[in-house]
Amino acid sequence: MASPRGPVPDTSAATTASRALEISLGRRIADHLATGFAVLTVLIVLAPLVAIFAYLVYKGMGSINLAFLTHIPKPPGELGGGMANAIAGSVLILAVASLLGVPLGIGAGVYLAEYGQNRFGDTVRFVSDVLNGVPSIVIGIVAYAIVVLRQKHFSALAGGVALAIMMVPTITRTSEEMLLLVPHSLREAAYGLGVPRWRMTLSIVLRTATSGIITGVMLAFARVAGETAPLLFTAFGNQYWNWRLDQPTAALPLQIFTYAIAPYDDWHRQAWAGALVLIVLIVSSVAAVRYVVRRGTLGGAA
Amino acid sequence: MGVGIQVEHLNAWYGKSQALHDINLKVEANHATALIGPSGCGKSTFIRCLNRMHETTPDTRVEGKVTIGDLDAYNGTSPTQLRRRIGMVFQKPNPFPTMSIYDNVAAGLKLNGYSDRKHLNDIVERSLKSSALWDEVKDTVHKKSGASLSGGQQQRLCIARALAVEPEVLLMDEPCSALDPISTGKIEELIFQLKEQYTIVIVTHNMQQAARVAEYTGFFLLGSLIEFDKTEKIFTTPSDKRTEDYITGRFG
Repeated sequence: MASPRGPVPDTSAATTASRALEISLGRRIADHLATGFAVLTVLIVLAPLVAIFAYLVYKGMGSINLAFLTHIPKPPGELGGGMANAIAGSVLILAVASLLGVPLGIGAGVYLAEYGQNRFGDTVRFVSDVLNGVPSIVIGIVAYAIVVLRQKHFSALAGGVALAIMMVPTITRTSEEMLLLVPHSLREAAYGLGVPRWRMTLSIVLRTATSGIITGVMLAFARVAGETAPLLFTAFGNQYWNWRLDQPTAALPLQIFTYAIAPYDDWHRQAWAGALVLIVLIVSSVAAVRYVVRRGTLGGAA
Repeated sequence: MGVGIQVEHLNAWYGKSQALHDINLKVEANHATALIGPSGCGKSTFIRCLNRMHETTPDTRVEGKVTIGDLDAYNGTSPTQLRRRIGMVFQKPNPFPTMSIYDNVAAGLKLNGYSDRKHLNDIVERSLKSSALWDEVKDTVHKKSGASLSGGQQQRLCIARALAVEPEVLLMDEPCSALDPISTGKIEELIFQLKEQYTIVIVTHNMQQAARVAEYTGFFLLGSLIEFDKTEKIFTTPSDKRTEDYITGRFG
């Protein structure tokens, strides 16, 4: 590059270099377009969630008061009353479902990850994926057949069993994935110390995968917490308090369903309030579990 | 105290491919023995046969006789029993990420059902001192995770973890290959001190390292032990042409 004022190699070299580093206009436009598209998709995904929550707060907040949270429903036609028994019933049914579903799901996940590299393991995987896609009303029928028919009446236990069946496949598959993510080198480290296999699985592999497994459990929990169909002919619903496992029990989704299709304005308002309470309960229980797990983690741990 | 190792007619397979061919070797107690050779020559497989780690890989097989002290490794000894007497340090540091520094060191004892708190404290402190890590971590042993340490510190933590179960033999599979020269120097210094109490077998890609730390050196090639002798002899007057070619850098 000979300039008319004489060769100045230093600067010309510098210009060539800076020109090479300069990003062309086309690439900068493409960059902004791609970023803009990514931001847009995030907004589209978040919009319904925010809209639902905002609308629930708008419709339901006004009807939430002390009576709603502490009283049981009034007979049809009378104003007032609350959903206290349904909130309690949901807690009871979800506790039963978690007690049954979580250990079963994690246990099956451990089996699949540690010992399931065979045909039986493949069958379990397939069945659990299919179970994941079975309509929830069908699960309700199953619980009706195996619990309600035998007990001869509807019960909280039957509702819990139905929801537990729904939790198991999700927990099983996510637990398996999380356990398989634990690096092989950690298993070798434990073997190298003379630790037996069962102890290695429980104390090293399971413990390392805990936070991932908890995520799977919370996903399953949040999913079944809002289920209505499997409770229709298992827990059935109840206008009064019930703390017994073998009696029909109210649940928030059932109560919302009943009130929403009823002809009374007061019940409609209460249904909105119930929906808001249900969402708040789910979000706060997931947040609480996450907080407890995080607090137990050491500084600098992965 | 360390014990000697006797290996007779050892063969090992991955599926159908044979990785070790008729290895015969005697490791001297309380000395460091280095194993060198190009990648894939079987030296890692060999030390993994000594504590029966080889068989944890699916579809593998071992034949032959390995004697660790008075223990016949493949006859009448369970793998867990054997591994409690043989410590192992791996190529990449692998501390348990969910455990504190203290729990990492105590892991071998705790997971095998040992729980005497006071004695555990003593063992953890002593092990961390022997691996030259104590001064750097003594204030945070309970607070920090093993994974929060630097790479070199993590490897010394893994050595402490191996020492805590009071093994008689320490197997090291390229323990410095993921470390910088300063950390490597620290670990080599450590090997020098440790071999007074333990028998050490170290696999290394670094021939200078073998020459620095080991009294005996074995040269592996294509799954066979080509030559095994005093380190000095191997590096000055090897008797096999292939050994000479390898250490002078003519191949590998």
